[in-house]
Amino acid sequence: MHIGAPVREPLVTGGKTIKDVTHDISRHVEATPNPRWLLAMAVSIALLAAGTYAVFRTVWDGIGMWGLNKTVGWAWDITNFVWWVGIGHAGTLISAVLLLFRQKWRTSINRAAEAMTIFAVICAAQFPILHMGRPWLGAYWALPLPNTFGSLWVNFNSPLLWDVFAISTYFTVSLVFWYIGLVPDFATIRDRAKGTISRAVYGALSLGWTGGAKTWQRYETVSLVLAGLATPLVLSVHTIVSFDFATSVIPGWHTTIFPPYFVAGAIFSGFAMVLTLMIITRKVYKLEDYITMSHIELMNIVIIITGSIVGIAYITEFFVAWYSGVEYEQYAFINRATGPYWWAYWSMMTCNVISPQLFWFKKIRTSIVATFILSIVVNIGMWFERFVIIVTSLHRDYLPSSWAMFSPTIYDVGVYLFTFGLFFTLFFLFAKFFPVINMAEVKSVLKSSSSTEQINR
Amino acid sequence: MAVSTTDNYILGLYDDEDVLMEAVRTVRKQGVMIEEVYSPFPIHGLDEALGYTRSRLPIAAFLFGILGTTLALTMQIYMMGVDWPMIIGGKDFVALPSFIPVTFELTVLLSALGMVATFLIVSNLKPYGRPRIYDLRSTDNLHVMAINLRSNRLNPAQIKDVLATTQAVEINEKSFDLV
Repeated sequence: MHIGAPVREPLVTGGKTIKDVTHDISRHVEATPNPRWLLAMAVSIALLAAGTYAVFRTVWDGIGMWGLNKTVGWAWDITNFVWWVGIGHAGTLISAVLLLFRQKWRTSINRAAEAMTIFAVICAAQFPILHMGRPWLGAYWALPLPNTFGSLWVNFNSPLLWDVFAISTYFTVSLVFWYIGLVPDFATIRDRAKGTISRAVYGALSLGWTGGAKTWQRYETVSLVLAGLATPLVLSVHTIVSFDFATSVIPGWHTTIFPPYFVAGAIFSGFAMVLTLMIITRKVYKLEDYITMSHIELMNIVIIITGSIVGIAYITEFFVAWYSGVEYEQYAFINRATGPYWWAYWSMMTCNVISPQLFWFKKIRTSIVATFILSIVVNIGMWFERFVIIVTSLHRDYLPSSWAMFSPTIYDVGVYLFTFGLFFTLFFLFAKFFPVINMAEVKSVLKSSSSTEQINR
Repeated sequence: MAVSTTDNYILGLYDDEDVLMEAVRTVRKQGVMIEEVYSPFPIHGLDEALGYTRSRLPIAAFLFGILGTTLALTMQIYMMGVDWPMIIGGKDFVALPSFIPVTFELTVLLSALGMVATFLIVSNLKPYGRPRIYDLRSTDNLHVMAINLRSNRLNPAQIKDVLATTQAVEINEKSFDLV
């Protein structure tokens, strides 16, 4: 049935049978929480609680609690927003784009990557909502709702409004895609459940799934069409995020290279975050046979490619600033590299351009420790990229008398930590109560591409 | 016989998708009607072996997508061009290029949600659903071929004989009360 190169590495190692797949994944859902999980949860909730205080003060006293000033009106908030949205690109890319390209290795990682995507987008959404100052009125500013001012509608010419539609569509479609994939696995857990509560809960979540051939046929059709819809969607989201900057007339923002450069950066940071989480998950849950070294290596290769695209984009920006002959543009870039924020620029260059190139060495890209460290380095670099783009372009205003610097307050930091607490709380809850690997899809590739075949026959 | 109070099934259980595919072909060739095959994972070609026609869900996705495009353009043209026209950045009131991103997003949104809703409805998937479970292992590792005796002219013994030739790992009977 399966036609492939015989030298290709098996996707699932350890001679797993279909029954083993069910057992290895479901047992983590069924087991009572272990002390390590409880500790991890306690730390995330503590972070969330501490961050909630910063959020409370931001809402109660206003965004004057943040370090923004008249010149630098966007700083950590938008940096963090773009950073989280970027991270939220890997999940749908893995499940949709790799499905269209028939990359079967996606089956072991798509579930957790999609969960990460959804949680990252939730974290991203906190920043624009809080930056509204009065979030309880925000629906009138962000959505075309009838109101008593006319109706005075929202401005459909504004990229900020396009963002509202892009992010909420992306969130909804990713959530639906993820949930449809979860339904068969919830049915597996329902049928194994011993307690009445878990049978009722997973019974409701599984929507009465039985796995009939007709339903599977429809399920596969739905997956394929959703993948086809999600592929341009995932590319559109960061394109539209980049329009927030590219359509303005700020030197350093007003460039046509932004959409592809932001999309590459998003995939770059998203894959890095997937690696960070998956390396921990496979270790804690002993899933080394499902998330194998070849999965990690393939993800590292994606990081080399997208990291190189990002590096070329940085250099191109610099070149075009010089070649354009526009002195304001030239100043913006020279100021980035040598001005008061030089340290942010060179952190970005080191983390994003130089560090992923280390993955050209097979020893490094097949090393768990090196991959884990570099995956975090990449996300630090990507945070600095957004900080550099946003703050260095703004802090030199049109009038030198308006020039200013930005320094974050404890509330900027607190709101950022709040999103970390939120992200990890949601991720740990997912890892405990949901199957972290798509059992049905792994089972479907087991026979054609695992090492069981050679053992059984 | 009290035929009307229960639904009686003969179940053929298989542990390998290739054996199952072969079994489906054999059983159908012998004139046995298969009601449905329940599997823990999707199997390519099983729908064709069972004689199912292609799913028409892509058509639903397309129609919902067109609906999204239409609604998005109508909404934006009405709000920006008719209800309260304003000059923004020197653009036309109906600045079509500016409307494309939102139009695209709403097309994708309605297409995806509409198709998934259609899928859930036609497949009778709902949180309070009480499905018939033929065998608990059909979501673990076994493929279950369900043969409803009412839709077959052969008697149970004959059907079991047919199944016995297909390398089924188990052949069981199961009855459901008709409410």
